[in-house]
Amino acid sequence: MLSLYARRRLINNFNLTISLLAMVFGLFWLVWILWTLVAQGFHVLSLTLFTQMTPPPGSNGGLLNAIAGSFVMTMIAALIGTPIGILAGTYLAEFGQRGWLAPTTRFVNDILLSAPSIVIGLFVYEIYVINVGHFSGWAGSLALALIVIPVVVRTTENMLRLVPNSLREAAAALGAPQWKVIMLVTLRASTTGILTGILLAVARISGETAPLLFTALNNQFWSSNMNQPMANLPVVIFQFAMSPYEDWQRLAWAGALLITFMVLALNILARIFFRQKAPSH
Amino acid sequence: MNDAVITNPKIILKDLNFHYGLFHALKSVNLSIPEKKVTAFIGPSGCGKSTLLRTFNRMYELYPKQVATGEIILDGENILDAQQDLNRLRAKVGMVFQKPTPFPMSIFDNITFGVKLYESLNKRDMADRVEWALRKAALWNEVKDKLKQNGNSLSGGQQQRLCIARAIAVRPEEVLLDEPASALDPISTAHIEELIHELKKDYTIIIVTHNMQQAARVSDYTAYMYLGELIEFGNTDMIFTTPKKTATEDYITGKFG
Repeated sequence: MLSLYARRRLINNFNLTISLLAMVFGLFWLVWILWTLVAQGFHVLSLTLFTQMTPPPGSNGGLLNAIAGSFVMTMIAALIGTPIGILAGTYLAEFGQRGWLAPTTRFVNDILLSAPSIVIGLFVYEIYVINVGHFSGWAGSLALALIVIPVVVRTTENMLRLVPNSLREAAAALGAPQWKVIMLVTLRASTTGILTGILLAVARISGETAPLLFTALNNQFWSSNMNQPMANLPVVIFQFAMSPYEDWQRLAWAGALLITFMVLALNILARIFFRQKAPSH
Repeated sequence: MNDAVITNPKIILKDLNFHYGLFHALKSVNLSIPEKKVTAFIGPSGCGKSTLLRTFNRMYELYPKQVATGEIILDGENILDAQQDLNRLRAKVGMVFQKPTPFPMSIFDNITFGVKLYESLNKRDMADRVEWALRKAALWNEVKDKLKQNGNSLSGGQQQRLCIARAIAVRPEEVLLDEPASALDPISTAHIEELIHELKKDYTIIIVTHNMQQAARVSDYTAYMYLGELIEFGNTDMIFTTPKKTATEDYITGKFG
């Protein structure tokens, strides 16, 4: 009979091996995806990507209109979604102790957070695009903003809840009214956390395709008119990758690589922000 | 129950009861707190001493389902009265908590935070007030060259003195200390205790402490509480040498608690 100690060690080693295998399995696909992306996309990267418009098949071109369109729509979505998200998250964290409104809002927000983005695209199509009669950059921004809001609500609430109650009490004990406690103390104490949440929300929407298919659609040409269909990287990737033309397919790979780098950079930035906060706690 | 003769009470509690929902946390407490003295509340965990302290500035009102009934007379006014202006009350009654709670801003702004709520001082007067408060809290010499630094950059003991400075910068009349040294090392604790000795010249001080030696060292009067009741109140020397109740003696000698 195995001694208790030897058996424990055996179980420990067994579990460790299983965990390692699971990790290797997960990483394997991730690395393969990234490798394919780099292998197919890297040699297509060039300055013309950033200086020329998406071409008709068979001629040279770049992704400038798609990059610019994605950038503008993402920024506008963040500008719309962030204030709403921060205000709602603040309400949930600071005023949500009593009553039924906060738990209900939190529940609905969680549903919105995990809602498939295609549903959000269809929703904006139904209420905006159909009524206006055409696809547009505004519709795209609106759809992306609807994805930003629940993410920012959630992170804002979580970050504010990390602020110890003793800090709120200390400010209240000086006689500060609640709005001053929130504005000057608790929100300030969680600034870096909330910024991290915004960055992650931007990273999330910068790769979303489904909500843009029904709203911004795409545009072969340069357009800075938000009321017109607008080019954007995800939909360009989708269309070019599905096309039979090899030069379009190459551009799709380059676009995919660009988005991946962008998301990676945003995630790294978010981590740096969040780490800055860490030592003070 | 009120064995000591308090000739100049700052605060008088009359039949004070406190409920957390259904839980009866303070049971008919009657007590007079003397002006410009240090009064300590001692007792085992859960006896209601912190709860009692938090009624003096109605801190409990931040949370739902916490209710105080009875009277707390401060300078002749019942502060539990619905008419009482909470901000004015808290300007008069400062509070320092167990864990240091510097706000996420500079040392200077930490001090001015409370002052700005009640007074609009010009730059020079404000700087004077900050220096005055930091000197009172025996912190000026350590921070005078780094007032722009974040309050969180100070050591734990310095942070706690910053919190004391912040509380007295508003010029309160009484200061509530909720286990102010329990998260600090012995040297920082000694600093805080010295400070309490200094501060009682100008302020009425109430301190909650788990540490009986500390109560004996810093306080003039001591109240022993148990299960929400005030068991005994009196001169600290008397409470620690010749308590009238055996319950108090058992707790102080360590037989219980």
